[in-house]
Amino acid sequence: MAITSAARLPAADPAKPRARRAGRLAPYGFLAPFFVLFAAFGLFPLLYTAYVSLHRVELQTTDRMDWVGAQNYTRLLADPFFWNALRNTFTIGVVSTVPQLLMALGLAHLLNYRLRGRSFYRVAMLMPYATSVAAATLVFAQLFGRDYGLINWVLGQVGLSPVDWQAGTWASQFGVSAIVTWRWTGYNALIYLAGMQAIPGELYESAAVDGASRWQQFRHVTVPGLRPTIVFTVVVSTIGATQLFGEPLLYEGNAGGGISHQYQTLGLYLYEQGWSFFHLGRAAAVAWVMFLLIVVLALLNAAIAARRNRTDR
Amino acid sequence: MRRSAAVLGSTALAATLLLTACGSSAGSADAADGKVTITVDLFGTFGFKESGLYEEYMKLHPNVTVKQTDTQDEGQYWQALQAKLAGGGGLADIQGLEVGRVASVLQKQADKFTDLKTLGLGSVNDELVPWKGAAVKTADGRVLGAGTDIGPEAICYRTDLFKAAGLPTDRTELAQRWSTWQGYLDLGKQYVATAGAGNTWTDSAAGLFTAEVGQQKVRYADESGKPVFDSSQAVRTAWADAGRLVADGLSAKLPQWTPEWNKAFSTGKFATLSCPAWMLGYIKGQAGEAGSGSWDIAPGPGRTGNWGGSYLTVPRTAKHPKEAAALIAWLTAKEQQTTLFRKQGSFPSSTGAQAAIKDVTDPYFNNAPIGRIFSESAAAMPAQVLGVDDGVIGKAFTDALGEVERTGTAPDAAWKHAMDNIAKANGN
Repeated sequence: MAITSAARLPAADPAKPRARRAGRLAPYGFLAPFFVLFAAFGLFPLLYTAYVSLHRVELQTTDRMDWVGAQNYTRLLADPFFWNALRNTFTIGVVSTVPQLLMALGLAHLLNYRLRGRSFYRVAMLMPYATSVAAATLVFAQLFGRDYGLINWVLGQVGLSPVDWQAGTWASQFGVSAIVTWRWTGYNALIYLAGMQAIPGELYESAAVDGASRWQQFRHVTVPGLRPTIVFTVVVSTIGATQLFGEPLLYEGNAGGGISHQYQTLGLYLYEQGWSFFHLGRAAAVAWVMFLLIVVLALLNAAIAARRNRTDR
Repeated sequence: MRRSAAVLGSTALAATLLLTACGSSAGSADAADGKVTITVDLFGTFGFKESGLYEEYMKLHPNVTVKQTDTQDEGQYWQALQAKLAGGGGLADIQGLEVGRVASVLQKQADKFTDLKTLGLGSVNDELVPWKGAAVKTADGRVLGAGTDIGPEAICYRTDLFKAAGLPTDRTELAQRWSTWQGYLDLGKQYVATAGAGNTWTDSAAGLFTAEVGQQKVRYADESGKPVFDSSQAVRTAWADAGRLVADGLSAKLPQWTPEWNKAFSTGKFATLSCPAWMLGYIKGQAGEAGSGSWDIAPGPGRTGNWGGSYLTVPRTAKHPKEAAALIAWLTAKEQQTTLFRKQGSFPSSTGAQAAIKDVTDPYFNNAPIGRIFSESAAAMPAQVLGVDDGVIGKAFTDALGEVERTGTAPDAAWKHAMDNIAKANGN
C-alpha cells in the first residue's frame, strides 16, 4: 500500500523535485526497519557463523580461535554420527510430515461441511499449536513411559507386551513424530480450510449435478484447487522437519537423542556439538550445512511445484 | 522452535555468546537498607534447604535472603553452567561443582571463578580430608572451591522386599554375603528367582558400574593426566560385572536421574541400590514418608569407594561475592556438615565433622548405623585421580550400559559405542 500511494504522489505535483525525491525515497524508509533488524539478527549471525565454522573454538575458552580452514566440514562429513543424524532427520521428517498433512487435509475437508459449532472445532484445532513444545513433549514423554506410561498400560490391557518407546529406534522415532504430528496437524488443517473456502461453490454444484460422489468431489475439485496451498505446506513442513529440535531434545531430556543416538536429529547434533561437547566451531559448521540443506530442499520443492504447474496446463 | 528458524536462532545464540563477553552489570538490585539476596545454583540434592540450613542462616543474618535453584541431573546442570560461563551472564552468586568436573575447571576455566583466598576463605578447606582440598587448588595456589561432602559407598536395600523373597535382612549377614561384587550378583540371582515377576535386583547397570569404578584410585586417567579409560583394570572389571548383571536379568533398566527412575523409588521395582552417602537424601526425597522404615543400609562390596561429592564456588560475575563467601564458610563449617549428615546423609569432608558423626543412626533407614558404615567406607577410600574428561567419559560408559540393558546390544558392541562417543566428544 505504501509503495503505490507514494509512487503516485510525485506525478500529482511535478513542480517540486525535492518532494519528489523524498517521495521516491519514502518506501525505502518504510522498509528500512525490517532490513536493519534482518542485518543485525539474521545476516550478521549467519556470516559470523560461517566465520566461526572455519575455526577451532571451544565454549570453555572462547577467547581462543584457531584457524582450521575447512577442517570442521571435512570432519563432519567423515563423522558417522552426522550421517546418522541426517538419516534420523529424514525418517522422522517423513513419519511426522506425511501422515500429518494427509490428516490435516481430511480434517479440513470435514470442517468445510456445514457443521454445528464450527468455530469451536476450528479453535480446538489450533489448541495443540498454541501449546508450548516443552509442555507438550513432557506430557507425551509421560504417556510413552516404559514402566508407568499410559500407552504401555493400554497395550497391556489388550494383551500386548510393553514397548520401550525411548530406547527402540523405530519406537522412539514414532514417539517424537507423534508429538510433531499432534502439534501441527490442526495448524495445517486451518491453512487447508482457508484454501478450500476460496474454491468456488459452483464447481461443487456442477460436479454434484454430474453425479460425482463426495469422494470424487474431494479428489477432482478440492485437491486440484488446493494445489498451491499444499505446495506451501509441504515446503514449510520440510523446512520445519529439517530443523526439528525441541521435541527430540525434551523427549528424554538428552542432547544425544537417546542412548544410541537413535532419534538424534541434525538440530540435536548441532546442539550436542556446541552445548554438550562445547565445540562451537564444529557446531557452526553443522549450522551452515543445515542452512545449505534447507536452501537445496526449498529449491527442489519449488522446482517440483513449477513443473507440476506446467504439466497441468 | 520448529518453524522459528532454528538455524538462525542457534547461530545467533552462539554468535552473541562469543561476541558479548558481557559481564552482568555490576549494579546490584538490592536496596540501600543493606538487604542482600544471595543466589545459589546447585544440582542433585545438596540438602541445604531440606535440612533447614538456609533458614537458620537467614535467622542469624536478618539482612540476607538465600534463593536456591536446582537441577536434578548433574549433566544438564554442567551444560547450562558452561553456557552461562561462556556468556558471562545468568550465574548465581554460588555455583555447585561436582568432583568429576573439577579437573576440567582447573585446567580450562580457572579464571572464571573467584580465588576464595581473596574473599578471606584461604583456609576453608584446611580441615577437610587432604585430597578434597588439594583437588580444587590451582598450580599457582588459588583456591577455587570449598569442599562440601564426599561420597563413601554402601548398598541400600528394601527390607520388606528381601523378607518377602526369603532373603536375610540382617546388615552384617548381608555385608558378608556381598563382600564381593560376585557375591552381590549371586544374591541377586537368588532374589529374582523367588521374588516373582516385575521385581528386579537393582536399578541399573550404570549404578553398579559407577560404584565399582569408584573403588579404584585410577579410573579414567592416570596420575600424569594420560587417559587410560580403555585399558584401566578398574573400568574393565566394572564393565564385565555390569554386563553380567544385565545378562542375569537383575537390572530394572532404569536410567538414573530420569522421572521413571524417580518413580521406581516408591513402587519397589528394585530391591537394592548402590548408595553413596548423598543418595540417602535423594531416597528420602523420592520415596517420601511412605518409604520410611522399608529401606536399610549395609556395607557394600569392597567395603569402600567414592562416588561424587561436591564443592561450592563463587563465579567471577557474582553480584555479592563477600556475602556469598560468608555463606559458604558457614555452610561448609564442621557444625553444618554434621547437621547435614544427621538430617540428609551427605557425608562430611571435614575431619572434625567426621569424628562427630561416628555414632549417628538414621530412623528412616531402620536405624541403620549410617555414621559407622560410611565412616568405615570413607576411611578405606582411595585418593581418586581426577581426569579432565571424567564427566564425559563416565556418561559415555553409562549410556552404553543403557544400550546393553534396554536395546539388547552386545556388551562388546556397546563398549565400542562408548569409545566412539568419547572420541566424538573429545577429538579435534
